[in-house]
Amino acid sequence: MHETHFGSPRNRVDGRLKVTGAAPYAGEFTAPDLAHGYVVSGAIAKGRIKSIDTKAALAVPGVVQVFTHENRPRTAFRSNAYQDEVAPPGKPFRALYDERIVYSGQPVALVVAEDFEIARYAASLVRVTYEAEPHETDLEKVRGKAYVPPVKRQGISPPPKPRGDSEAAFGNSPVKVKAGYRIAIEHHNPMEPHATTVVWEGDERITVHDKIQGAQNSQSYITSVFGLPSSDVRVISPFVGGAFGSGLRPQYQLFLAVMAALELKRSVRVVLTRDQMFTMGYRPDGLQEVALGANQDASLQSIRHDLIANTSTWEDYQEATVNWSAMLYHCDNVTTTHKLATTDLYTPADMRAPGAPTGLFAMESAMDELAHKLGVDPVQLRLRNYADIDESTNKYHTSKELRAAYQLGAERFGWSKRNPKPRSMKEGRELIGWGMATGAWEAQMAQTSARATLTVDGRLEVATASADIGTGTYTILTQIAADALGLPMERVTTKLGDSSLPKSPVEGGSWTAASAGSAVELACHKVRETLFKYARGMDGSPLANADIDRVAFHGERIALISDPSRFVTLTDALRAGGVEKIEAEETAAPSKLTQMRYNSFTHSAIFAEVRVDEELGQVRVTRIVDAVAAGRIINPKTARSQIIGGVVFGIGMAMHEESMPDHNLGRFMNHNLAEYHVPANADIHGIEVIFVEEHDTLTSPLGVKGLGEIGIVGTAAAIANAVFHATGKRIRELPITIDKVIGTPEAA
Amino acid sequence: MNRFSYARPGSVADAVREVGSGPATKVLAGGTNLVDLMKYNVERPAHLVDVTRLPGLREIEETGEGGLRIGALVTNSAVAYDPRVQERYPLLSSAILAGATAQLRNAATTGGNLLQRTRCYYFYDAATPCNKREPGTGCPAKTGVNRIHAILGTSEHCIATHPSDMAVAMAALEAVIHVSGLNGEREIPIAEFHRLPGDTPERDTNLGVDEVVTAVTLPAPRFATNYTYLKLRDRLSYAFALVSVAAAFDMEGGTVREARIALGGVAHKPWRVLEAEAMLKGVVPERGAFAMVTERILQGAQGYGGNSFKIELARLAIIRALSQAAAGTPQSQTDKRIQ
Amino acid sequence: MADLDLPARQGFAPDASPAALPSEIPLTLTINGERRELHVRPWTTLLDLLREDLHLYGTKKGCDHGQCGACTVLVNGQRINSCLALAVSKDGCEVTTVEGLAASDGALHPMQEAFIEHDAFQCGYCTPGQICSAIGLVHEGHARTPEEIREQMSGNICRCGAYTNIVDAIEDVLAKGTTK
Repeated sequence: MHETHFGSPRNRVDGRLKVTGAAPYAGEFTAPDLAHGYVVSGAIAKGRIKSIDTKAALAVPGVVQVFTHENRPRTAFRSNAYQDEVAPPGKPFRALYDERIVYSGQPVALVVAEDFEIARYAASLVRVTYEAEPHETDLEKVRGKAYVPPVKRQGISPPPKPRGDSEAAFGNSPVKVKAGYRIAIEHHNPMEPHATTVVWEGDERITVHDKIQGAQNSQSYITSVFGLPSSDVRVISPFVGGAFGSGLRPQYQLFLAVMAALELKRSVRVVLTRDQMFTMGYRPDGLQEVALGANQDASLQSIRHDLIANTSTWEDYQEATVNWSAMLYHCDNVTTTHKLATTDLYTPADMRAPGAPTGLFAMESAMDELAHKLGVDPVQLRLRNYADIDESTNKYHTSKELRAAYQLGAERFGWSKRNPKPRSMKEGRELIGWGMATGAWEAQMAQTSARATLTVDGRLEVATASADIGTGTYTILTQIAADALGLPMERVTTKLGDSSLPKSPVEGGSWTAASAGSAVELACHKVRETLFKYARGMDGSPLANADIDRVAFHGERIALISDPSRFVTLTDALRAGGVEKIEAEETAAPSKLTQMRYNSFTHSAIFAEVRVDEELGQVRVTRIVDAVAAGRIINPKTARSQIIGGVVFGIGMAMHEESMPDHNLGRFMNHNLAEYHVPANADIHGIEVIFVEEHDTLTSPLGVKGLGEIGIVGTAAAIANAVFHATGKRIRELPITIDKVIGTPEAA
Repeated sequence: MNRFSYARPGSVADAVREVGSGPATKVLAGGTNLVDLMKYNVERPAHLVDVTRLPGLREIEETGEGGLRIGALVTNSAVAYDPRVQERYPLLSSAILAGATAQLRNAATTGGNLLQRTRCYYFYDAATPCNKREPGTGCPAKTGVNRIHAILGTSEHCIATHPSDMAVAMAALEAVIHVSGLNGEREIPIAEFHRLPGDTPERDTNLGVDEVVTAVTLPAPRFATNYTYLKLRDRLSYAFALVSVAAAFDMEGGTVREARIALGGVAHKPWRVLEAEAMLKGVVPERGAFAMVTERILQGAQGYGGNSFKIELARLAIIRALSQAAAGTPQSQTDKRIQ
Repeated sequence: MADLDLPARQGFAPDASPAALPSEIPLTLTINGERRELHVRPWTTLLDLLREDLHLYGTKKGCDHGQCGACTVLVNGQRINSCLALAVSKDGCEVTTVEGLAASDGALHPMQEAFIEHDAFQCGYCTPGQICSAIGLVHEGHARTPEEIREQMSGNICRCGAYTNIVDAIEDVLAKGTTK
């Protein structure tokens, strides 16, 4: 067998562009006569704009126009025209729609000027007066008004139906734990702020460079909101400077930039400031309670997990948060609930593994509490209650190598050397804590189309409208395509992030590798069949009478497997067909039949070491081992990076990240990267990734399950459990800041 | 950012004339804080005086009294890595390296560091009230988000902190700030340079409106062996101090000849309590003694909810820092394990 | 709350002369080896000059406030945040951006090579700043161990979380001693 690109570590194909600064992001496309837009953000949380005075701003030389709700051009009237591919139920936020203020930081004006500095200056001159109304941004204060969302969000499973009688079983359980948990609101903060450059092509046609995880999502939003034919709107976003979910839905700068460009009939760019990155979606606040009941033999008898999460006053945002507690372990009595309560904040948004790290922080902390109470090793407790099927839906797993993940992870970490007693491991003045947790995420495949084009110069191009937000999509699709036709990767070009390419859903949910990868493979196989037909039909073809499964595509040749000296080169085959190129477009879709019988998840066992200064409570996360079972790995190099990145995100969640609202003002106050802390280099030590071998023939034709989310899931819980092990202090509210750790430990 | 005129004077005298020309004039050096604040519309100067080309302010020189004179334009990096500073004032070097990042330290100057403004969330957000930014509008921090705010020396008008690490070490070392103004030159001991907020929180320092900082002098070194700079923060690097402690002893045999303790992150200025330091004079430096000193330093400390934990954190940090200084095991700014 | 003047209004009064923009000031910079005679307004940062006037978009704007390091460039060989430097104050300086690192024949700088080899980036947005910062770090000579590299590279935030690979890449370059 020839070594395939699939499964081999490969450098990123877009690496050179990225290390030379040549990869263009949304705010870096330009056009002659480009105008610059600067957003004015509102100061109050709720009320109305009494007056907005733009005269001084308009008087600044170089200011082209100032848009407010008073002079906003007409756009679609019906609110559902603003709904995008992943919108939750409700009426989407509309920038500059009217004088109503519904959250703090809401855009109230867009200043468009000849250059950035003029726009920025003029924006500071826009005078706004408000009539404030009482607001509420504190979830605690509205928990009594929580409700079950009447309309379910598409694509998000609501909590499964209860099974058994968790209340009675909890009552009867000899060992019980019950506690409340909370995470902090987190903002995505990709390094690239949200940006849109609209290039005015004339005749009402525009090319839009938007920071988005799906170019076609922006395209359909624009056509729907502005009433344009899709032929007049092309969205091109070849590079996305991180998104983590913030680029799933079109953000307000897209609306503003397109609005201004259409009205002014010229090219316009709107880039948000870092502070304005806190005026959009976030990982929601959630009040959680988990109650676990077990027998002395460590078998779970009852699981209850309740959540009240915040949403906005205009949309019912939902994510799968408590569901994980119902599927992860064998237990006959399980109840999970998910309610919402409205606050005067923006609608939450999907953020890396939406729901899972939140819910599993609570559940996996509770499991650790239970293990401690039972005097059972945390890994053993999980093995003791291992679920062979998904009991929440009564479906089989397409594959589940979680048991192996626990074992391999524990082995690599050295878990057997752990003294279970809290505060028992120490080095100098540092307490050492070892904790672990389970992670899980849905392995999904979504219908995706791709095109493959082989040209007579022996070059292959594959294309789909999906995106590469740093995930490595360009690279893995190139690997898959190169394998399909036996080409070196250098001969393959992958195109992404263009609404004119074959249809793809947004890039997210860890489904892109399985979905776009399968589509690319199908299209390439179609090309391969045609090519083989030409090769076989050549006069005196060495492959005459051969069957396609008797030949290998390798080294730019089609050769008999039994006798590689008999071959036809790809270019000869193309010439024989008398064509300049072979093109095929194919669509890959998940099997409905499989989905009826099976559920598919990626799993992980994550082990964390923390070192805590005994006196001062400074916590350092010094070691992580993450054993991941996620089907076949296309590129071990980029795959490892994705898991490491997810773990770092999880360390941020555990230790640093917190958007701090001032409830008096109804406003997040640390709205910048100086005071909203994400991990810095010094915070990150060794992270070891193990890919557990897992054969999965059902999730996707490629055997791939996806990796974008699983790295974060469980990380915060593993760290919190390690902090407990180190200090005897159970921290149930993230992040684990120094103030929560100092002081005497609770009775362990 | 607003419009402003720009001047690049060629001499200190010219610079002083420019600076004194109007109330809305600001001095630009490294720009790491001023440009930041101008983009947030917190600072809206009408006239900017770029002093980066002034001659004679980029040197570190011997004072003749065994000390060092650091020109106001010497960058934070240049000070921290200067071999004389490293050898004779390692506390200063350590404190500088505990702050900001390599990039910022390469740009930020000695004078600018002293004059940097608070990181209070409300001060930074022009859409909120703030007595420091806009006198008379109120202080939402007192009842709002105040995790990073002061516990000592606050007033009803302002609970902001001074964010510098460098200044904390300089306070402990009793540096002297040299300034030049329309009425000539004067020296301001660092203890009198920064102010408490009182009812004029808009004034951070006692620098006159026409004055520019020209140099900082450090007295002859005495604290190069028993010292430490211990900084606690919300991530292990690139974050402002929740609490920091500069501690140093001048030892005579096994007892303290003189102790210096300055706190950062807890007040509107580097916080020193001379009576507390005096309590250690002639004492064998041990934990028992440290506890009493610490109580004295934190006398009157007041929390506002979100920052109340700082009182306990400061207490523990002072004791630990004093232990580090006594043992001659200064905190590493690279190895984040607390010594 | 009693003493709070809730933000019922926002916006600033225009300053004295609404009809005029600040005048442009002549400026000479050597950017990636090329001497440029420019005219800029004093409110233009070095970062915005590079990106918007010279279309050198390789230097990134991540926060525009010195909080992330994406805009790191080398000025007279030293790494700084170009977002916090007014361009006029850098008159006469030599500026090296990510576009100036590769050789004229296209051969990558060893640091660029190492970043690719160690997969030290994902989305790529912080990458130019990381690479310029890493080159600055090597020149400064204060970091040798992984721990020192971590601390000295903490001025460059990577939200994709490529830190461990970044440290590996820099260690590799330091070990080979190949940086110019």
